[in-house]
Amino acid sequence: MFKDITMGQYFPGNTLIHRLDPRTKLVLTLLYIIVLFLAKGIWSYAVMLAFLSVCVILSRIKLSVLLSGAKPIVFIIIITGILNLFYTKGEHLLFRVWRISVYLEGLQTAGFLILRILLLICCTLLLTYTTSPLQLTDAMEALLNPLKKLRFPVHELSMMMSIALRFIPTLIKETDKIMSAQKARGADFETGSLRQRAKALLPLLIPLFVGAFRRADELATAMESRCYHGGEGRTKMKQLRMAAADWAALVSGAALTVAVVLLRRAG
Amino acid sequence: MAPVIQTVNLTHVYSPGTPFEQTAVDNVDFAAERGEFIGIIGHTGSGKSTFIQHLNGLLKPSSGRVLFNGEDIFASKQKTRETRFKVGLVFQYPEYQLFEETVYRDIAFGPKNMGLSDEEIDRRVRDAAGFVDISEDQFEKSPFDLSGGQKRRVAIAGVIAMKPDVLILDEPTAGLDPMGREEIIGNIVRYHNSGENTVIFITHSMEDIARIAGRLVVFSKGRIFMDGTPKEVFSRAEDLRSVGLDVPDITLVMMKLKKLGLPVDDSVYTVEQAKAELLKLKGRGKDV
Ligand SMILES: Nc1ncnc2c1ncn2[C@@H]1O[C@H](COP(=O)(O)OP(=O)(O)OP(=O)(O)O)[C@@H](O)[C@H]1O
Ligand SMILES: [Mg+2]
Repeated sequence: MFKDITMGQYFPGNTLIHRLDPRTKLVLTLLYIIVLFLAKGIWSYAVMLAFLSVCVILSRIKLSVLLSGAKPIVFIIIITGILNLFYTKGEHLLFRVWRISVYLEGLQTAGFLILRILLLICCTLLLTYTTSPLQLTDAMEALLNPLKKLRFPVHELSMMMSIALRFIPTLIKETDKIMSAQKARGADFETGSLRQRAKALLPLLIPLFVGAFRRADELATAMESRCYHGGEGRTKMKQLRMAAADWAALVSGAALTVAVVLLRRAG
Repeated sequence: MAPVIQTVNLTHVYSPGTPFEQTAVDNVDFAAERGEFIGIIGHTGSGKSTFIQHLNGLLKPSSGRVLFNGEDIFASKQKTRETRFKVGLVFQYPEYQLFEETVYRDIAFGPKNMGLSDEEIDRRVRDAAGFVDISEDQFEKSPFDLSGGQKRRVAIAGVIAMKPDVLILDEPTAGLDPMGREEIIGNIVRYHNSGENTVIFITHSMEDIARIAGRLVVFSKGRIFMDGTPKEVFSRAEDLRSVGLDVPDITLVMMKLKKLGLPVDDSVYTVEQAKAELLKLKGRGKDV
């Protein structure tokens, strides 16, 4: 069951998108999300879609892979789509079944909403598919750096995040393994009442927690024995550097923002 | 009679349709008879662990079938579940799966899931503990307070308590000292001899497996590369090396001796056999 989680998985590659500075990608993704909420009308959505499509094509991530990452929220998409379809009132009645009437406006709203959610998911997935978790936390640390002046523990936070990210796959594997081991002794995680199922989780959760604490302890020892003492005076092996492509990407992001704002006025 | 466990054209592909797609088990035909003691060896990543997880239905084959006593174990959910109890699987580092408050209750977990009566459970726990030399005064201890070797023996007892017809162990001696390894191997041999039990044993230690297995199956790149008696397998030292394995040290010694011109049999693989060979030489006297 855990093997189905692909959300936030990194697919190594060497395309233009992969090579962009993670800070650029992070900023662009945030910008894209904000602009997505400004978009209104068919033309601004078309521009948004085109922009993301170009990025996806450049990254050589298969569309099927990208869309399968959106699978976990298909249910939400369908529900919001249906709600908007049936509850939006308008002038142009399309058809009417029993007491439910569907208007052209409803169809439009639902369509735009679904598109918006899909674009939102796909742009964040594109970020995590083309940027390793470590690069991401590096970028986050760099961007939050100004907060250090306010005594905000930026380094500690990003260290915690990169450790957590590093251990998620390990924990998933561990969960899988313990689950298999208990299943081999006849444990049943899939049937029974809610109460029974909750109880059936104990043979999984206890070894999982014991293991996680053991790991944390070992990691702390390993870090201390290599003289880790927080962010003070710590340098990076891989310095982040902005290249021409990064500036170009940022400019195109700005252009996208302007275009959408203008189209919104016009449309 | 049908083999107790058998695979037909078994193939397993991990993450199909993604960039990480990997065929871990590739078209494997394998059969084990009642009472056999089989060693599985193979280089890291050769698909041993993936393979054995099919034998009790934990992994579903991408294609191919798994038969227990001639019947497909995936025929129904019921069948798969029954097979879990008949084909006991001990994972690598099984001590990390202990979870109960006491040793006794941890060993009883499997039998309890089988829906046995309390008396039967009690009998099985005591029997299983006996097999692995866990004494009754340890029953009320927390499994987390035991030593590493003891923990592992408790975990193995937890599977033996289900009285499986086929007992499969994935590297049961990994990470133990020689004494701990010796104990566990003794325990497993004891279980094997206690009835018509089949044992399948994955290991990286040629020394261990050479002494106890009647048959060796060598995996390489998801396929069965060799299958035969230890004598047959270890006589092909070159082939073994080509797939990243080696023969037991004592076989190496005998091969060297033979190269040096001594008339010894270089396909022996235990110290006892080697000793017998060398004594034979001595008996022959001065011509050496
Ligand atoms: N859960 C999994 N998801 C994806 N690939 C896996 C998974 N488990 C194993 N593999 C891959 O399948 C191949 C076979 O692995 P397997 O664990 O069966 O090998 P093994 O022979 O048991 O190795 P070892 O001796 O190191 O235990 C390996 O290349 C491994 O990377
Ligand atoms: Mg293995």
